[in-house]
Amino acid sequence: MTDMPVVRAVGDSALLIDFGERIDKAINARVVALDRALAASPPPGLIETVPAYCSLLIEYDPLVTTQAELASAAMALAQTARAGTVAGREHVVPISFVDAPDLARVAEQTGLSPAAAISAFLAGCYRVFMYGFAPGYAYMGGVPPALHLPRKPVAERGHPVGSVIIAGPQCLITTLPMPTGWWVIGRTPLMVLDPLGERPFRFDPGDTIRFERMPPE
Amino acid sequence: MIALLRIEAAGPLTSVQDAGRRGAMRFGVPRSGPIDRLAFAAALAAAQPECGTAIELSLGGLTLTCLEGEIGFALCGSGFTAEIDGRALGGWCRATLGPGQRLRVRQGVGNWAYLAFAGASVAPAWLGSRATHALSGLGGGMVRSGDVLEFHGTRPLHAAALQAPPEPSLMLPIGVVIGPQERYFAPDALERLCAETFTATGTFDRMGRALEGLPLMPLRLDMPSEPTMRGCLQIAGDGRMTMLMADHQTTGGFPKIASVISADVTRLAQLPPGTTLRFETVSTEEAVRRLHVLAQAQADCLRRLVPVGTLEERLRETNLVGGVIDALGAEVP
Repeated sequence: MTDMPVVRAVGDSALLIDFGERIDKAINARVVALDRALAASPPPGLIETVPAYCSLLIEYDPLVTTQAELASAAMALAQTARAGTVAGREHVVPISFVDAPDLARVAEQTGLSPAAAISAFLAGCYRVFMYGFAPGYAYMGGVPPALHLPRKPVAERGHPVGSVIIAGPQCLITTLPMPTGWWVIGRTPLMVLDPLGERPFRFDPGDTIRFERMPPE
Repeated sequence: MIALLRIEAAGPLTSVQDAGRRGAMRFGVPRSGPIDRLAFAAALAAAQPECGTAIELSLGGLTLTCLEGEIGFALCGSGFTAEIDGRALGGWCRATLGPGQRLRVRQGVGNWAYLAFAGASVAPAWLGSRATHALSGLGGGMVRSGDVLEFHGTRPLHAAALQAPPEPSLMLPIGVVIGPQERYFAPDALERLCAETFTATGTFDRMGRALEGLPLMPLRLDMPSEPTMRGCLQIAGDGRMTMLMADHQTTGGFPKIASVISADVTRLAQLPPGTTLRFETVSTEEAVRRLHVLAQAQADCLRRLVPVGTLEERLRETNLVGGVIDALGAEVP
């Protein structure tokens, strides 16, 4: 048995179950396992849960249950929930590098040719760790080390929805035309956020993603 | 009956809100819904909109013209006042707007108020809710100058003054529960959080409100993003503090030194810009006790919300006696 997570109070109506302080696949797998265990047998008063890189937030109704009851229910589930017993789904995401405003700069700063940078990116196996920032912003890890760059010092505007952006080990597909300080390496027609679709959010935390280059038009 | 309302002028934070959506924080979608839940509930109780929505008003208030039909409305919230074609109705009131009439709502001492209409809004729902997420515009939508709002099944409402809840004291400290990321701060930063005063600034939107004071520098900024909640006191890299509100980001990499207790989030959100405040550390148990007290007081307030007299009566009383009408249960025919 691995060490037990730390329980932290978030005000009077939420708990944070903290499994570590690193962006790490094994730690995130424990977050996802507890998230699923809570969904399968929700304790009374549970409102919703938010999985993040290495912690799970549990929001509850303090007029229905207490922090102590919720914490003990969550810890009991954390003890039995086995990481990785439920496999995430796999998605293949089409990507085009034709309209990739930062590809040349990424290549230049990593010392790769643009073609080698593309190959490196496509060879990566990506994991959805969590959502955050804005609706449908799924934070993926798994960018190959050869492409790790710090974010730009200043966020830049004007990148359309569907931009595939990277910073350090992280990768995102944008769902809003927001400014970004990450590097725009390609573009995908896949909508992670399809607001009116039957499945508005394409990925779940724990899913794996592979990018596949689109045939040239 | 159908009513069409054309927005002549709307402040930048004006939006359609309902009670908010649950269950989508995991996908980056916060609950949204009203910043001031009591004022929102009061406007709904007074106007009984079929759709459960109200227009949330803030900086700059709102001016609209009724193009077609007639429709009752209720205005509730922190000192915001209404007038129809220049005739003052005061705050916390309900009335009916007729064709061609212009309703103007002026901002009050607080920052947020709610205008509910007696009818069904055609504003779009998203994920089962018409609450607007301001950043994306998803949900019922932001309300902008030039928009035409459409309501079906409209009803008039007898003009009446409504009993406003007692204004909370500006001096009362704001309760906080320490954490969840207090380990990212030196012990003296935690002490200063409750020893120093802070100022509620005029820099706010639906995501959060900036608080000014001595910077509380985080020890380090290498935290992987962690989930956030309404009420969290987030500290940026420069030591500045923001209280997260209805449209907060669902995760973030800045540490949260403490969380404002549920009973006090609205109070802080409504403080007039420039107000000085203090924080007070409380246990989770005490925070829940205060929430129970507040919930009871709010239920009483909503029960008492039956009109307390006609507007004419209120104006007369105010002018003659300067007192407050408290004719409980005086439903106007």
